[in-house]
Amino acid sequence: MARAVTTQRKTINTAIAWAIGLLIFFPILWTVLTSFKTEAQAISDPPVFLFFDWTLENYSIVQERSNYMRYLWNSVIIAGVSTIIGIIIAVPAAWSMAFVPSRRSKDILLWMLSTKMLPAVGVLYPIYLLFIKMGLLDSLVGLTIVVMLINLPIIVWMLYTYFKEIPVDILEAARMDGATLREEILYVLTPMAIPGIASTLLLNVILAWNEAFWTLNLTAAKAAPLTAFIASYSSPEGLFYAKLSAASTMAIAPILILGWFSQKQLVRGLTFGAVK
Amino acid sequence: MGHISLKQVTKSFGATNVIPPLDLEINDGEFVVFVGPSGCGKSTLLRLIAGLEDVTSGTIAINGNDATMIPPAKRGLAMVFQSYALYPHMSVRKNIGFPLKMAGISKEEAEQKIASAAEVLNLTDYLDRRPGQLSGGQRQRVAIGRAIVREPDAFLFDEPLSNLDAALRVNMRLEISELHNSLKTTMIYVTHDQVEAMTMADKIVVLRAGYIEQVGSPLELYRSPANLFVAGFIGSPKMNFVEGKDAEAEGAHTIGVRPEHLTVSKTSGQWKGTVGVSEHLGSDTFLRVNVEGLEPLTVRADGEVELYHGDTVYLTPEPSKLYRFDADGKAI
Repeated sequence: MARAVTTQRKTINTAIAWAIGLLIFFPILWTVLTSFKTEAQAISDPPVFLFFDWTLENYSIVQERSNYMRYLWNSVIIAGVSTIIGIIIAVPAAWSMAFVPSRRSKDILLWMLSTKMLPAVGVLYPIYLLFIKMGLLDSLVGLTIVVMLINLPIIVWMLYTYFKEIPVDILEAARMDGATLREEILYVLTPMAIPGIASTLLLNVILAWNEAFWTLNLTAAKAAPLTAFIASYSSPEGLFYAKLSAASTMAIAPILILGWFSQKQLVRGLTFGAVK
Repeated sequence: MGHISLKQVTKSFGATNVIPPLDLEINDGEFVVFVGPSGCGKSTLLRLIAGLEDVTSGTIAINGNDATMIPPAKRGLAMVFQSYALYPHMSVRKNIGFPLKMAGISKEEAEQKIASAAEVLNLTDYLDRRPGQLSGGQRQRVAIGRAIVREPDAFLFDEPLSNLDAALRVNMRLEISELHNSLKTTMIYVTHDQVEAMTMADKIVVLRAGYIEQVGSPLELYRSPANLFVAGFIGSPKMNFVEGKDAEAEGAHTIGVRPEHLTVSKTSGQWKGTVGVSEHLGSDTFLRVNVEGLEPLTVRADGEVELYHGDTVYLTPEPSKLYRFDADGKAI
């Protein structure tokens, strides 16, 4: 018998879902709202929600004080290039572990993931020293490498799980049909794995865009991405909530828009294989 | 040409020995069926021939040439998988044409071959569909089409019908047999279903735990099984086995009698029993008879016989159709 869902029940469920959604979204909403307030309204008690004098002042001040486009460009480079290099390394790695596993493949996967459990600050000191020695401090090259390496375990894991979902039979059929390894990957594996590869790309861009620990610690001015742009409005210049909010809004807007338009792809990618 | 010869082939996965040293000759044009219970190594054996698994030791020769180290694509064999293994992102036309594309055959020639394969397999109307839009039987035909266009030296079938429903299975069985009759190409077919083996094979290879128990034509295996395992595996319903004094009277440890070689009487006979289950198929009646001191016996009786649960019957085996086995299970 199908489970009976009453209208009342449905309404309650919908209300709960909206409440949870709003709760999660509220900080972002508040940031965006605050960015349109004056500094006085931003810290007023009780806080004002929608009825205040909307102003674009904060945005123009932020624009004047710092070069938003340069930060944006750095973010794009770091997120984009680290993702591309990561995928190039991760596809063969995931392929070999999914389709020609050795006895240690599972251990290697777990070991890779375990590096994500380490607090990043634990390796800050050696990496910082390495960067100084190699002259990579505050350089896009250095930062791209670090961000790529930080996210590599996740890319390999995601691709591995997608590849695992592809029946080995189909790849073997291609082998029987005369395909070389290159043709097998090009004509059979990749087209079948495209949804998975696409959502891995997307997630990795988002993770790299939002990566703050390393970008804040390893950059000063030249290579600083948007995370550093936000941070520059937090402490040294006093507590300017409205300006900080404007900077944050500008920093998260590109990735928010990207996420919004690709949410279908993301959800499908992240739940890939959960339902056959 | 499709002569395949296996010499002292072994396969182990780590410490597990799946195929002990095994020798087998498959002649050109033969329809050979590997049959055995699941886990007997029949699929592994097929994959070794295909080249999808490497042999641990021994040699595989195809048409007299050592193929042991040759990759699957270069062995000149085509394989049909249990799961069909069609390329889901390609149309039927592209699926069937894929091996031709890999072989670098010109577009026009490929089109021609695809069209003729599609005609043989009744797929002409479906060439532009994706595999996901086809029924199970159609998908299986596409998989066969993909194998045919390569014009291989031998076809390898890995339980190709086990995902189909019963009616379709019978149809496809006939189609594959007809295909073999018209192409006259060597076919190696793996199944756990002894009915498929009996109906299709020129030569049956019965496997258990990697060992070949017996090789022979269907009727050879039916008439003179080498041991208890083959006797019990070949024939449907399964052969009845009787131990104890009835067997000793025949000078054997176990005697076997097929359900079709037992005569039923309501008045007298060797074994007295009561009917447990009676299955009326119309053409035949299968009776499961409980006999005191013996395992229940299966009897194949006339279709019109009127016997039901609880009826008392007497069973007598045909003396000339008795199989005798020693204590090790070997036929005497």
